[in-house]
Amino acid sequence: MAEHSHHKSYLEEGGVKSWFTTLDHKRIGIMYLFTTMFFFAVGGIFGLLVRLELLQPGPLFSPDLYNKFFTLHGAIMIFMFIIPNIPAALGNFFLPIHIGAKDVAFPRLNLASYYIFVGGATLLILSLLTGGVDTGWTFYTPYSIRTATSVVLATLGVFVMGFSGILTGLNFMTTVHKLRAPGMTFYRMPLFIWAIYATAIIQVLATPVIGITTLLLVMERVLGVGFFDPKLGGDPVLFQHFFWFYSHPAVYIMILPGMGIVSEVIPVFSRKHIFGYKAIAYSSLAIAFISFIVWGHHMFVSSQSPLANFLFSILTMFVAVPTAIKIFNWTATLYKGSIQLKTPMLYALAFIFLFTIGGLTGLFLAALSVDVHLHDTYFVVAHFHYVMMGGTVMGLLAGLHYWWPKMFGKMYPETLGKISWAFNFVGFNVTFLPQFWLGSDGMPRRYHDYLPQYAHWNLVSTVGSWLIGAGMLLMFGYFIASLFKKEKAADNPWGGKTLEWQISSPPPVHNFEKTPVITEGPYEYGQP
Amino acid sequence: MANPDSEHIVPDHFDSAEQAFDASKMGLWLFMVTEILLFGGLFVTYIVYRSLYPEMFHEASGHLNKILGGVNTVVLICSSFSMAMAVNRTQFNKPRQAAWLLLFTILCGVTFMTVKYFEYTHKFHEGLLPGAHFTFEGIQHPKTPLFFSLYFMMTGLHGVHVLVGMGLIFWVWTRTLRGHFSSRYYTPVELTGIYWHLVDLIWIYLFPLLYLVG
Repeated sequence: MAEHSHHKSYLEEGGVKSWFTTLDHKRIGIMYLFTTMFFFAVGGIFGLLVRLELLQPGPLFSPDLYNKFFTLHGAIMIFMFIIPNIPAALGNFFLPIHIGAKDVAFPRLNLASYYIFVGGATLLILSLLTGGVDTGWTFYTPYSIRTATSVVLATLGVFVMGFSGILTGLNFMTTVHKLRAPGMTFYRMPLFIWAIYATAIIQVLATPVIGITTLLLVMERVLGVGFFDPKLGGDPVLFQHFFWFYSHPAVYIMILPGMGIVSEVIPVFSRKHIFGYKAIAYSSLAIAFISFIVWGHHMFVSSQSPLANFLFSILTMFVAVPTAIKIFNWTATLYKGSIQLKTPMLYALAFIFLFTIGGLTGLFLAALSVDVHLHDTYFVVAHFHYVMMGGTVMGLLAGLHYWWPKMFGKMYPETLGKISWAFNFVGFNVTFLPQFWLGSDGMPRRYHDYLPQYAHWNLVSTVGSWLIGAGMLLMFGYFIASLFKKEKAADNPWGGKTLEWQISSPPPVHNFEKTPVITEGPYEYGQP
Repeated sequence: MANPDSEHIVPDHFDSAEQAFDASKMGLWLFMVTEILLFGGLFVTYIVYRSLYPEMFHEASGHLNKILGGVNTVVLICSSFSMAMAVNRTQFNKPRQAAWLLLFTILCGVTFMTVKYFEYTHKFHEGLLPGAHFTFEGIQHPKTPLFFSLYFMMTGLHGVHVLVGMGLIFWVWTRTLRGHFSSRYYTPVELTGIYWHLVDLIWIYLFPLLYLVG
């Protein structure tokens, strides 16, 4: 199995046309990767525009335009990038390989979910072309019922993309249950797969609820059904419950895959067996479970009963337990390892550092009394960017650098990788750390303007966003350039033990010439 | 890789027909879970508003036609029986019987939707419409439009599922006629059956919640 195959790689067979009808999980993964990274760039540009408006007090764009910018930044980043990106791109590519399968359980469904995703994304883009949306990505009623902007198209887009996520999730769950190679027990699966599996559970169980919610919101606007409209006897807070019943678990759809990548990268670049395999594996499932019972913490100031507030506050703090289990186990893996600071490892370490800040500030917000002060301030913005960008995006970039030679058979340039990492890491902290101070000083989120006393840190924050922009631009540049390199990457440049490193780079069409038989765990370093 | 015993070719990425069948079945059950959660949103909305305005639900429910609702319930239960028998006949290599049973199931679906059509047009006529379009004057409670919003959203979403189910059964029916299924391979018949039973089951809940609470 380890020796070079003479089979064609998945990249070689067929022309450009064959990509559009491909059933190969690897090609579908690559199509997701390019699509979602494109949306990442688009969402990033909107983010930069938001920061540009906030560079100094006084308007640069009109307030309405600013409202559309931050709505699109949020909606694109959440629904078109972070949620689908890691599971559908890297998960699609590596899940079957990691468990020794030839493909996912339902390849045609897999391709269908890609096109459904593109369809949903097109609807959201159409909403942008027909006037944009100004509700924020949360579409809170009753404003979203009244506003003249294209809420219907945008929410239909979210509904359709959710459907794609459901199908991907059930495909992955079935694949993990039914297609593991002989000897691939659950405890021999790489932790990335445990994370993707936990993510799939949330996708399958939570997404239908946002489906019916967005559908009812569309019906509010088209038929005036009135469930969420106080004018017609409905209750806007019911919408918030529905929305967060999905959107809080969705936060873990976003973060769990990133945690999975970190669990892969840390042992490889520490040359050590992962510490606490089972603890990390089960903590993913624990996070998935807890994610369903904490949604009320988004609504502490939305007329929830004090008892509900109290319970949601306590339950939210429970999330810290499995999360801390992961952090401590990763740190213990690093301990006395022979650490190689390659770009993937740098991103993985950045993940641990930034995500810890994001997680701990989450506890501030979970505390009821503190949240009443911090709710809807920049403190919240800083907190979730530390989780979403400091966590998920750093995890994604770790995975992207780690697996780039496997996916394309070409190595990224290491030095440029480190420079770009430095820009992203420093830029990230310069952008978002000041927002914690701004928030605790009371600067509210979502406004296009602010009082002069907030000017100083806003200036710093905007300059930081330019650093991130530069780092990302450099990264996109060298990734694309590396595809045209002549030099081939080694099959196993990092000395990884998981199955994808035992086959050629890029992998052959059917992944394995013979179905592999698994005899040991995925991280057995230091053994013959 | 195909199992030599099977006329149906097992997809390349499966090792055996059993594995392929198990995977398809698991996938469909997961999908059924998502369907229940999709309807779950509406059921929660129902619970919230019924607990807030029980007397309004009591009164508004009286304006639904219990007889037609009851007929539709019987029709769907019969269709579930014929669907289950169609799966059974396919498993016992009786495709002709299976085809007749599938046809009967489709006709039950048509009957259900026809009855629904007459119920809907009657409601439109009386002005018992959802939310903002409600014009009926026979009920005093100001929140009554919410009940009819729920009625149309719940039965409407269910109706869409009935139509999808009928489409699936039609597809399975044509394939049965062409002799695609046997005791060795009947995955689509079984899966369509599971889906149809779920659609039936949701109606079994909708009927008392909407028609009989009054």
